[in-house]
Amino acid sequence: MTYLAKSPWIIHYDASSCNGCDIEILACLTPMYDVERFGIINTGNPKHADIFVVTGSINEANREVIQNIYNQMPDPKVVVAVGICACSGGVFRECYNIAGGIDKLIPVDVYVPGCAARPESIIDGIVTALGVLEEKRKNRVSSPMVTDHDHKAHHKHAEGGAQ
Amino acid sequence: MSKQITVPFGPQHPVLPEPLHLDLVLEDEKVVDVIPTIGYVHRGLEKLVEKREFTEYVFIAERICGICSFIHSQTYVQGIEQIMGLEVPERAQYLRTIWSEYSRLHSHLLWLGLFADSMGFESVFMNAWRLREHILDDLEATTGGRVIQGVCKVGGVRRDISPEKLDEMVRGLKGMEHELQDLSKVFLHDNSIQHRLRGIGVLSKEDAYQLGAVGPSARGSGVAIDIRETGYAAFGKINFKPVVEYEGDCYARCAVRVKEMFTSIDIIEQCAKKIPDGPVDMKVTGAPDGEYFSRAEQPRGEVIHYIKGNGKKNLVRHRVRTPTFTNIPPLVTLLKGCDLADVPVIVLTIDPCIGCAER
Repeated sequence: MTYLAKSPWIIHYDASSCNGCDIEILACLTPMYDVERFGIINTGNPKHADIFVVTGSINEANREVIQNIYNQMPDPKVVVAVGICACSGGVFRECYNIAGGIDKLIPVDVYVPGCAARPESIIDGIVTALGVLEEKRKNRVSSPMVTDHDHKAHHKHAEGGAQ
Repeated sequence: MSKQITVPFGPQHPVLPEPLHLDLVLEDEKVVDVIPTIGYVHRGLEKLVEKREFTEYVFIAERICGICSFIHSQTYVQGIEQIMGLEVPERAQYLRTIWSEYSRLHSHLLWLGLFADSMGFESVFMNAWRLREHILDDLEATTGGRVIQGVCKVGGVRRDISPEKLDEMVRGLKGMEHELQDLSKVFLHDNSIQHRLRGIGVLSKEDAYQLGAVGPSARGSGVAIDIRETGYAAFGKINFKPVVEYEGDCYARCAVRVKEMFTSIDIIEQCAKKIPDGPVDMKVTGAPDGEYFSRAEQPRGEVIHYIKGNGKKNLVRHRVRTPTFTNIPPLVTLLKGCDLADVPVIVLTIDPCIGCAER
């Protein structure tokens, strides 16, 4: 990928992160790292967004919010899991209110490790996501609607995995 | 009487990087009631003390929140050290003080940026965060981490700062001071900012005290509580005065934070002058047996870590009372009677840190 055809907009949601990754995502938008040079803007509206950046892991309260945001985003869409908590649960994976990484609930395209993920690696992850986005746009990939039924299946899977 | 409607604010809201949910009951444009809902970031990390040894748990305590990370780990290890009766080397105490003031600087600059953004002042947001990067550079150079430092341990700290680096840090802060002055001029004297802040969201001194406001939210209303005055770490040997404002409105809370940045720089300077030579850690044997309430002043106010051990490697109980949690009742009072358009600004003046509040 040598150039960008579109200006991708991101939507950021803090699932159950400690804030560390969230403030690093915000730091990406500021003069030092400045992702706006790729045309990337942080939007608050899921219907304006191409890339869903999630930090932190799934818990009982935010399940529905993540599903809502994901389902409302137009196709093609890409999900970036930022930070080790979003990838696998991280240091909190054994907490009683943590069901695991974001991929237990919605399909994840790019994983950005780190605790907290550094701005450089977040930018790298988002640029990788741009490639995925372009691919999906060319192939007209449509994303699945994540429903409640799915999440129960995922939840069972998560419980099985923990044992 | 006009019809009441309920407008949800959050959990996913452009002005908040974190999920806080408020149900705003409106009568026309006026907020008449506020019902907060929390729990979106609850992880249940206090129960992990049963699975992690008390020395490993420092890392979990640090990850209660990514903004006040250093001070959380500091408060936790101070509690453990008190129970075990450890005399931590003086140099380590000074280093902890320096790093905790650096955290305060980075947190206040972060807040000033977000606050400006909530008023639509995008360029000030960018400028505040540009200055914050200098602070993070120093934190990274001395601890190895930008936002999660992992430098505190039971019995001391993991890294030392060389005298040359300390000089360089103080010189860097001095050089930054005039840029901070420029930034604070905007917050303290700019016409449009005053228009948004003066007389908005007033918390009286009585209310602040009765509802348990802490930190800048309390000090903005004239309640002079600053846990640093109890003299934990090296604060007992440093001369400083807590910043107190008396109006109790959004402007006062903002002014407290702006002025506290300069206090922090002053404290770091004093520490760099007074820091003694010596070791930075000590050998720790055994396990804590007993209980202790450990208190410290975070950028957002007083934090309390309750620690109980029974002489085994795993603690029995760890309980945290964070400043944002105690600042939610004052927030509800502040919001009643305000305009809907002022809600984001007022919510930000208590500097909500949901990661802390829900753990």
